[in-house]
Amino acid sequence: MNWITRLIEHPQAILRKDSATPEGLWVKCKGCSETLYKKEIMRSAMVCPRCAHHFRISVEERVALLCDSGEYQAHDQGLQSKDPLGFKDKKKYRDRLKEATKKAGNQDALCSYMGKIKGQEVSISIFNFAFMGGSMGSVVGEKIARGMERALEKKCPYLLVTASGGARMQEGVLSLMQMAKTSAIAAKLQEAKLPFVCVLTDPTMGGVSASVAWLGDIIIAEPEALIGFAGPRVIEETVREKLPEGFQRSEFLLEKGLIDDVVDRREVRDYLALIFSQLTQRPYAH
Amino acid sequence: MIPHSYLEFERPIAELTVKIEELSSMGRAADVNIAEEVQKLSQKRDKLLHQIYEKVSPWQICQLSRHPERPYFFDYVEHLFDDFQELHGDRAFADDQAIVGGLARFHGRSVMLVGQQKGRDTKEKLKRNFGMARPEGYRKALRLFKLAERFDIPVLTFIDTAGAWPGIDAEERGQSEAIATNLLELSRLRVPIICTVIGEGGSGGALAIGVGDRLLMQQYTSYSVISPEGCAAILWRDRAFAEQAAQTLKLTAKDLLELKLIDEIIPEPLGGAHRYPKEAAAILDKRLQDNLNHLMILPEDKLLEQRQQNLRQLGIFQS
Repeated sequence: MNWITRLIEHPQAILRKDSATPEGLWVKCKGCSETLYKKEIMRSAMVCPRCAHHFRISVEERVALLCDSGEYQAHDQGLQSKDPLGFKDKKKYRDRLKEATKKAGNQDALCSYMGKIKGQEVSISIFNFAFMGGSMGSVVGEKIARGMERALEKKCPYLLVTASGGARMQEGVLSLMQMAKTSAIAAKLQEAKLPFVCVLTDPTMGGVSASVAWLGDIIIAEPEALIGFAGPRVIEETVREKLPEGFQRSEFLLEKGLIDDVVDRREVRDYLALIFSQLTQRPYAH
Repeated sequence: MIPHSYLEFERPIAELTVKIEELSSMGRAADVNIAEEVQKLSQKRDKLLHQIYEKVSPWQICQLSRHPERPYFFDYVEHLFDDFQELHGDRAFADDQAIVGGLARFHGRSVMLVGQQKGRDTKEKLKRNFGMARPEGYRKALRLFKLAERFDIPVLTFIDTAGAWPGIDAEERGQSEAIATNLLELSRLRVPIICTVIGEGGSGGALAIGVGDRLLMQQYTSYSVISPEGCAAILWRDRAFAEQAAQTLKLTAKDLLELKLIDEIIPEPLGGAHRYPKEAAAILDKRLQDNLNHLMILPEDKLLEQRQQNLRQLGIFQS
């Protein structure tokens, strides 16, 4: 069975209201400007069949794409952000949280699963960019920690799919410290010799990039994803130079030797299954 | 000591100081009236200093944490340590001058020092990139942490940076990877680590040398996930709201102690470390000694267990 049949079998995964899928029957591709029949893109993992432009996809779409047919259960769904600083800019953080929940579900910016990828049990965490830009606050940090701990407990690989603007400003230094917290547990995965793979997707920046995202044993990125520490605008303002073409894109990172590979979304599942089987020295189920 | 530059909110103190200086130079001690007046004004100035510093706002603390005359890492190296030997470079690319490290003696005990250095004059500021490190700076720091671990030498870090350098070169050489690796390795380094914020604690660039067994902050320093200006630019779309951002970000030592994110506030002399650097150093000396003595008696496993437990517990949420 491949991803096409899996998506067809589980249309609910892609037809949910909170899906990141653009609305309407026809979609204009940002890559080639071609007007495409939406169902056609959906059938190809939200990748443009003409130019391979990767549309952003929802967490539900992602987990359905990655896992064996229906073989995943959600975990740690009850964790909710508090407002420990009483943070307020133009809006209150509490109100932003409410809005984000309405828009992107009540899972904060990360969803956790136990799933099977070609029969291999994997603890999976997937960032939800639709929830406050996938920013990492206390809840995201704790969910990553618990996801890693589930891998430790089940002695299985840990998979992290990132999409984040960075640390969540509204939780101040508490957010910053999630970088240290998640990195410390990543060390335990290393010591337990459990594979930790990161899939970087568009965008992965700031505090998430400079912590857990770059601690995978294997780090791959989807094509043309924006990935880096400082945002391009900040860099431009600081160095007062025009940024080179393709700067901070996946292919640029590959060229600079910073990631293991750039992998088309339609190939990620196979890639993961193979790498897990290699690292755990098991046969690969084709 | 009389600082050369005054912050906006210190202006009344500056005005009085100028008056005192004028009067003193006018009459010399012979004139009893002038001497009396000078004394009166000096008392008034001290009182004013007290009043102003007693209720400095978070935004004012941000400014103090960046004060151009605030003692920097090298000033504390001079006041607190003997036999400092600087160790250069990351053994791979360059010697990043924004982060300085080396071995030294602290009350007779070998210690590894790593700190950010902003630079005092224009030339040094440029050389040190205003204390904003590139990946090779963090990799140098990591090399020194590992060296310390190999020889059972405790690590003292001194945080003073606006942040990691946001430049094209830094991105090309893996700024994210360098910071992330330090976080992971510091969490399991098998020697005591004490981190002290001595000025600006600028986000990930500060944290990359800021994970340890103790996190201390001097009284007029700041530690934040983003600069108030940056936060204001994003959330208010106007940097002019930096003062409000500083207020709500909870970036002062007092706020962070209340949130249990730091272990201790190191008091500064009235009027700040930039006015009385020697006195500030003496207080820091004592606090570092106490904390280090405490950590040195812990068995290695206990030390690591405590550190990792503390890291695990970071965060406030509803379950």
